[in-house]
This record gives sequence, structure tokens and C-alpha cells, in this order.
Amino acid sequence: MTALAQTISPASDRQVAVLEAAGVVLHYPGQLKPVVEAFDFELDAGETVSVLGPSGVGKSSLLRVLGGLQEPTDGTVTMNGKPLRGVPPRVSIAFQDASLLPWLSLEKNVAFGLNFKHQPHLTQEESKVRVDVAIREVGLTHARRYFPAQLSGGMAQRAALARCLARKPEILLLDEPFGALDEVTRTEMQHLLLKVVRDFHTAAILITHDIDEALLVSDRILLLGGTPARVIGEWRIDLPTPREDYIAELGAIRVEILSRLRGATLRRIN
Amino acid sequence: MSTSWPGDSLSGSAPPGPATFAARAGRKPWLTLPALTSSLLGIGGLIVLLLLWWLGTDVLASSQGFIRQFSPTTAIPELVTMLGQPDLLVHVLVSLRRVLIGLAFALLIGVPVGLAVGSYNRLNTATSPAFQFLRMISPLSWMPIAVMVFGVGDQPIYFMLAFAAVWPILLNTAEGVRRLQPSWLSLADSLAATRWETLWYVILPGVLGHVLTGLRLAVGIVWIVLVPCEMLGVSAGLGYFILDTRDRLAYSELMATVLMIGILGFLLDAGARMLYQAVTRSRTA
Ligand SMILES: Nc1ncnc2c1ncn2[C@@H]1O[C@H](COP(=O)(O)OP(=O)(O)OP(=O)(O)O)[C@@H](O)[C@H]1O
Ligand SMILES: [Mg+2]
Repeated sequence: MTALAQTISPASDRQVAVLEAAGVVLHYPGQLKPVVEAFDFELDAGETVSVLGPSGVGKSSLLRVLGGLQEPTDGTVTMNGKPLRGVPPRVSIAFQDASLLPWLSLEKNVAFGLNFKHQPHLTQEESKVRVDVAIREVGLTHARRYFPAQLSGGMAQRAALARCLARKPEILLLDEPFGALDEVTRTEMQHLLLKVVRDFHTAAILITHDIDEALLVSDRILLLGGTPARVIGEWRIDLPTPREDYIAELGAIRVEILSRLRGATLRRIN
Repeated sequence: MSTSWPGDSLSGSAPPGPATFAARAGRKPWLTLPALTSSLLGIGGLIVLLLLWWLGTDVLASSQGFIRQFSPTTAIPELVTMLGQPDLLVHVLVSLRRVLIGLAFALLIGVPVGLAVGSYNRLNTATSPAFQFLRMISPLSWMPIAVMVFGVGDQPIYFMLAFAAVWPILLNTAEGVRRLQPSWLSLADSLAATRWETLWYVILPGVLGHVLTGLRLAVGIVWIVLVPCEMLGVSAGLGYFILDTRDRLAYSELMATVLMIGILGFLLDAGARMLYQAVTRSRTA
């Protein structure tokens, strides 16, 4: 089994990258060191990449740069070859809290932003279909008229995911979306994410602090460490999903990630 | 009608407060009575008030006394009679119109300024002493100046009412902006919203609860300021009518008008409260 080899795979079996970062530097004004320096990254179409790293290393900052929410101090981020200016229409971002708008019903929340000026024009009928499909995909059709205050944490995250899907994303950027959920709900959401990525053929970057989550859902895992942050480990996982039957193989990677992470943390403390 | 009211201070608290949190956790909010009990208690209080009024006038005052003319047994039938005639109603409508126009001006000025003050910390720091200063000047003290500037008639009244009503609206709106969840704004950014879209679809609905809290406070203030405002330089309205009944020595009418002012104020407040509840109900269900 070579599938678990810790390698960056050769350029030959690469598909075209949908998202590409080259020499990205992010330096918040007034801070001593940059958060991120000389960061290179490629995201292939349909690929799911998890980003792990100690708290405060700069994962969220990096995601904001990759999504066009934050302009890098230096370097470029391109989507399908075009440099980002703001968040492109086919990039959907979800944050740790579902950030549903409490004054809108679930379906209005899912539809939120579809008719904004910088989004591709949709007729009312098209928007409605998008919203219906997205809500069905996350299994919330019965709750479509609920208001956010009536939703459980898991349902709220489903709704947030549906809002991302309604825009038919080519890239999903997820910043610890399941971090606040209980174990069972989180597992459910992980399976949902796998399904969604498959059904919508979308690429995804998932920030998480849960190594098992990364192991269960991603094609590739990046481990960030140091200040400024750089990639201190990269693992490719060529196992079919769902992965509950591959605990042994995943366990080996898990140990590796943990020891690498521990090394990085110790270096940081000393 | 529920008795607990979020944001009864000048800068109201955020709509989903601790009470709703407790409600969501399946417990009864602390010290909140069942709706029926609380409305019965409220009605009981009103009856006691009526009794005291009656005792102070009909029962305890000497039968030949001046006070007798202000008793509920004369005022209430008088009010019923007056409601059947156009006179009082015309004055009521004139007053209500002034209130609405005054509030409209206060909203037109208070909401945008509140949005700006809430958005920019420096602007807030720069304006807050000035606002506190202006706020403490009784709107009535502007009366002579307002009359000189705007002339005799309705305009100085609009000015004074708007001046009285603008502060709670402005301050509550600013507070609402400060309490907007940062994640809502991130959401707008992540959807590539323009500034205008962010304002219209996120900020305005996000502060609406606070604006309405401010509006309810403003309604209370305006209604109190209105009557003295109408006592000078105008020939219609409830304030004018009070003086008119006094000049005509129509004391039962005077007392009936006082009663009417109380009833209308009560209804206006209830209306503002229902508006607030209708708008925020779904958010905290
Ligand atoms: N808007 C900002 N302005 C200035 N500094 C910031 C800003 N956002 C983040 N930082 C700093 O950048 C560093 C990285 O923060 P970031 O939130 O990206 O880390 P993270 O890896 O996502 O952490 P966590 O796992 O806790 O979410 C931190 O030191 C933080 O203080
Ligand atoms: Mg983070």
C-alpha cells in the first residue's frame, strides 16, 4: 500500500488547480512578524484539503486570504488563473458559528446574497430551484420556514452549509464549521460534507483542530506550524470514503501528525 | 400583554437578552408571571387608581368643594359625551398628527446619525459630550427661539417634538450598531456585498430592534412634551384644549381631557410595544 506515503504527489497526476497561492505573505500592521510568509499552495478541482495547526498559527487568516476576504501583503492568489479581487461568486465561505441572520427564515437565509450585485444574475425561478436543492441536500426541507432561533446547533450548521451550496460553489472554504457541535452531530456533519462535496463536485478547504475529522474527510492534510506559519507536514490520503473501515491505516498517519504537531509546539514553547 | 420589557433604559439592551435565554433553556424566566395573572394584576392596579381618584374627590372632598368637579363620576360621563361630539376628536387628531410628524423627523435624523455614530468610534467619542449636553436641555426651553426661527404655528412644535424624540432613537441605533455580530458583517463580505447591500440587508435589519426600542422611549417623551408645547401659539390640539376648557370654566371637560391624554398615551405606548414585539418575535421564538 503506497497510498499512505507522505509525499507531495508528482506533477504528472495533477489536475488543473482551481485555486493557487504563490509566495503569499500576510503581515498585519503593527505586528512584529508576518502571520504567513512565502506560502505556496494549490487546490485541485474537486479536492478536499484539511488544514491543521496549533491555535493562533494563522489558519483563519490564511483562509481569509485564500477566499479573497483579506488581501495578502505580498504574493498572489489566483482562481482559475485569475487574481482574486474580493470573494469570487463561486467561492463559498462558512465560519465556525453558522452566522444565520435571525430575522430571516431558514429558506431566506439560504437564499441570502443570491441576488447581490456581484453575484451572477439568476431569475427568481432559478434562485428558488437553487435554494430548494440546497435545502434538500442538507436534509432540512421540513424546517425551511423555521427561524434560526428554532434551530439546533447542528441544524444551523446545515443551514449555513446550504447557504454555501445555493451558490453552486467551485470552492468551499470552511473555518472550523463543526467545532462547536457535539460528537454525534459532528460525525453526521462530516458525512454530510463528504456527500455534498461529491454531489456538487466542489473543491474544499477545511480548517479544523480535530485530526480525526481531517483524516475522515480529506484527500490531503496540511499541517501548519511556526511563526510565520509554514507547512510543516503534508499527507495525501488516497482512501475511499467513508473511511470508518480504514482505522488502522489512518491510525498510522494520526500518530505521525501528532508527533509532528508536538515537535512544532515544543519548539514554539522553547 | 407581557410585563417584562427589554431595553427600558435609554440605551436599550439587545433583544435576545437573558430572559429569552432562560426561556429557551425550558425554564420560566425568573420573576415572570403567567400572562393572565399579570394582566389581572395590572387591571387591579388601575382599579385601585380609579378608587383613589374617586375617594379623593367624590368621597373625601366637601360636597360644595371645587374638587368635586374633577371627580371620576363627572369626568367619565363627560368624556363619553365629548367622544360623541366632533370637538375633542378634532383636537386629538391634530395632536396625533403632530406626534407622528415629530417622530418621523426624529427617525429621519436619529437613525442615520445613530448609524454613523455607532460605526465610527472616533465620531462617537467626538459627539457624545455634545449629545449629552443637548439632550439635557428641555425641549420646551427652545420654545421662544423656535417661534422666532420658524414662526408661529406647527413648525416650532415639530421642532421641539423632534428635538425631544431624537435622542433615544439616536443613542439606541448607535448601540444597535455596536451590538451587530461581527460574523454577520463577515457574511456580507463573503457574499461580496456592496456597502449599500450590507447596509440594507444586514445593518438595518440588525439594528431594527434597537431602533424600535428607541422609538418606544421617544413616543413616551413626545407625548409628555406635546401638551405643554401646544399651550403656546397654536389654536388646536390637546394642550390648547386644556387651556381652553380652563378659560371656559368647563372643569368637567378639563378633567375629561386629562383622562383622554392618559388613555391615548397608554394606547400609543402599547402600540409601540406591539410593533416591537411583532418585529422581534420571530427572532427569539
Ligand atoms: N484582523 C487581525 N488583525 C491583526 N491581527 C490578527 C487579525 N486576525 C488575526 N490576527 C493575528 O494573527 C494570528 C493568527 O490568527 P488566526 O485567527 O488566523 O489563527 P488560527 O490559526 O485561526 O487560530 P485558531 O485555531 O485559534 O482559530 C494571531 O496571532 C492573531 O492575533
Ligand atoms: Mg481560526
